[in-house]
Amino acid sequence: MEKVLLLGDEAIAQGAIDAGISGIYAYPGTPSTEIMEYVITSDEAQKNNIRSGWASNEKTAMEASLGMSYVGKRSIVCMKHVGLNVAADAFINSAITGANGGLIVVVADDPSMHSSQNEQDSRFFGQFAMIPVLEPSNQQEAYDMMHYGFDLSEKFGIPVLMRITTRLAHSRSGVVKKTRRKQNEISLPKTANQFILLPSNARKRFRLLLDNQPGFLKDSESSPFNKLYQGKDSSLGIIASGIAYNYLMENFSDRDIPYPVLKVGQYPLPKHQVSDLYEQCDEILILEDGYPMIEETINSYFGLGKKIKGRIEGTLQRDGELNPNKVASALGFVLEETLEMPGLVAPRPPKLCKGCPHIYSYNALNDALAPYTKGRVFSDIGCYTLGALEPFEAINTCVDMGASITMAKGAADAGFVPAISVIGDSTFTHSGMTGLLDAVNDNSPITVIILDNGTVAMTGGQKSQATGKIEKICEAIGVEKDHIVVMDPSPKWHEKNLEAFKKEIDYQGVSVIIPRRECLHTATQKIRDEKKKKELENIQN
Amino acid sequence: MKQDIILAGVGGQGILSIAASIGTAAINQGLFLKQAEVHGMSQRGGDVHSDLRISDKEIASDLIPAGKADLIISVEPMEALRYLPMLSKDGWLITNIVPYVNIPDYPEIDDILKEVKKIKNHIAIDANKVAMDIGSRRSANIVILGAASPYLDLKFEELQNAIRQIFNRKGDKVVDLNLKALEMGREFANNFLKN
Repeated sequence: MEKVLLLGDEAIAQGAIDAGISGIYAYPGTPSTEIMEYVITSDEAQKNNIRSGWASNEKTAMEASLGMSYVGKRSIVCMKHVGLNVAADAFINSAITGANGGLIVVVADDPSMHSSQNEQDSRFFGQFAMIPVLEPSNQQEAYDMMHYGFDLSEKFGIPVLMRITTRLAHSRSGVVKKTRRKQNEISLPKTANQFILLPSNARKRFRLLLDNQPGFLKDSESSPFNKLYQGKDSSLGIIASGIAYNYLMENFSDRDIPYPVLKVGQYPLPKHQVSDLYEQCDEILILEDGYPMIEETINSYFGLGKKIKGRIEGTLQRDGELNPNKVASALGFVLEETLEMPGLVAPRPPKLCKGCPHIYSYNALNDALAPYTKGRVFSDIGCYTLGALEPFEAINTCVDMGASITMAKGAADAGFVPAISVIGDSTFTHSGMTGLLDAVNDNSPITVIILDNGTVAMTGGQKSQATGKIEKICEAIGVEKDHIVVMDPSPKWHEKNLEAFKKEIDYQGVSVIIPRRECLHTATQKIRDEKKKKELENIQN
Repeated sequence: MKQDIILAGVGGQGILSIAASIGTAAINQGLFLKQAEVHGMSQRGGDVHSDLRISDKEIASDLIPAGKADLIISVEPMEALRYLPMLSKDGWLITNIVPYVNIPDYPEIDDILKEVKKIKNHIAIDANKVAMDIGSRRSANIVILGAASPYLDLKFEELQNAIRQIFNRKGDKVVDLNLKALEMGREFANNFLKN
C-alpha cells in the first residue's frame, strides 16, 4: 500500500478515517490539534461524509462521540491531557455504559510542558476508568492502532483510550496505509438500558466492567503491541513503553541490545510478560515518558524484591520528557562531552505578535488599574496568557480553562474589589459561561474582559465557537445591557477605551468588556484563502 | 548513510519549509525520515527548532542525541549558537548572519559572529541580502537551504524537485524564485569555502 509522510497526529487521523469512523469530535489543544485539522481538510473524509469540526469543549466532544457510539457508529474524540480533566465526567462514565460502535478517546500528553500547565499522565485516567489503553511508539503504530483499537473497542463493548506524547504527535515519518474499512450501519445497543446509569443499572454495568478486567488483561498479554524480546545478558531487564522504546533503541547500533526488553504498547500492563522478565533478570529498568505508572505498578506487584530502577527510584529524573541522552545515562553509558552553548545566547520566550490586539487591551487595562494595588487580574488560557510577561505583566493568574471569571468572583466575594477577569472568546464559550452565570446570580462586583480575536489563536487559528455570539450570551446570562461594552483595541482608541475600562471597573456589579479585533494571523490567512479561491475560480472559468 | 540535522530559527521564519523541502527530497530518494517539530506556544516569536533525521536504515528516535548532529541549519545567528551542544565535533554550522531582534537583551551581532567563526566547519551567509538581490525577500530560508545543500547527502536535483512540489500551489513565479534562491545559496556556500 501507499506510503505517506505524516505527523503522529495525522497518522492517527488517517488511521481513524481508514478504520471506518463516522465522526470525529475535539477541542483544539497542543499537542492534539492536528488530528482534527487533518480530518477537516481531508477530501477523503468529506467524500465519505465523516463528521468533523470543533466542539465547544472536550466534555461536549466526548459526549457527542459517545452518542455516535450509542447508535453503533465508530467515532473518535481527541484532546490534550488537561482536556481530559474537562471531559472526565463523561469519560469515566463511558466505561460504565460501555461503547456500542467503536469509540477511541485520543489524549495527547505534554511532558516537559512545552505548551501546558502540567504534565499529567493520561494512562492513569485509563487505569482509573479501568479500560484498555494503547500507547504507540511511532507513527506507523499510531496508524495501525486505530484499526486495532476500534476492533478492540467493539470486541469488549468498551471505549479505548489512546495516549500519545508531544514528540510523537509532532514528529513526521513515513506511514504505510491499509485498505479503508466501511463505516458501520446504525444499530442500537444490544442491552437496551446499558446507557441508563440509574444506580440499579449502573451497579450491574460496573460489575460487568469488573468482570471484563481479566479479559482486558488477557488481550493485552496476547497483543502484538506488547512484546518480550529475549537477551543474553540477564543482569538487567528493561521495560520500555510508547516512545521511550525508540530512545532505548537509539542507544544500541543496529538495535542490538544484550538485555531482555519488554516493549509495552497496550494496557493493562501484560502481567505474564512482566513476570517473565522479572523472574529472569537481576534488576529492572523502566523507561516511560510521563509519570512512573509502570514503576508504581511493578513495585506494588512485587514489593521490595529486586531493584526496580526508574523515575521513583531516581535513576531517571522524576519530571520532564525522556530523550536519548537521559536513557543513555540510565543505561550507565558515559556521555561524550559536547560543545557548549556560548554564554551570550539570550533566552527568547514566546510573546504577543507585533500589532496583536491584546497588546492594546493590556495597555488600556494597565493604565486603568494604575491607581489600585497590584494582583487584581485573574486570567485564563490562550495567547493572552503571554500578558503575564514583560513588558505587560498585566495578569496575575492562569490556572485552567474558565477559571478567570470564577476566581475573580471568589476574590470579589471576599471583599477584594476591583477584581478583573481576562478571558479569550473561545475560552469563554469553552468554560467561562457558567462562571459568569454564578457571578450574575450573586451580583459579584467583577469586570470580565472577553478578548475577542475571533479565533482560537494559540493553537493556530481554529474556528472559535464564540464568534458573533458573545454579547447575546452575556445578555441572556443576565449581564445588564448597559454594562456590556464592545471596543476596538487599537492604539488610536486608547483614551476612549481607558475611560470605558475605568467606568466599568468602578461599577459595583457584573460588567463585561469585549475588546474586538481579529487575530492578525487569522486575518492574513483569510486574505490568502480569498486570493487562492479567486485564482481557482479564474482557472475554472 | 545517516544524517542528523538541527533546523533552528524564530517562530515564523520558515524553518518548517526547509524541513519540508529536505523531507520531500529524502522520501523521493527512498530514504527513511523522522522530523520532530515544535508547534504551539513557542511559535509566537519564541525560539523554535526541528530535529530532522534521514537515513537509509529505519530510524529509532525522533530526537537527535546531544553532540550527534551532522548539521545545524539556522535562519538566525543567535539561534544557531543555541543548539551548539547538539553539534558533533566534525559537524557543519550553516547560518544566516542577519539577527532577528525581538528581545531587549539581544547580544551584539559582532560577538555572535565571533562565536560562529569559532566553529571549525561553518558557513555564514547574509541570506536576506541574497534573497533581496533576486527580488524575493521571503526566500531567505531557501537561500540558507541552498547554502547547506553541498553538505546534505541528497541529490541537488531532488532538492529542486522538492521545491517544485512544495511551492507548486503558490504558482510558477514563487517556484522559480525559490529555485533561484536555492541556487544562489549553493553558489555562495561553494565560494565561501574558496575564500
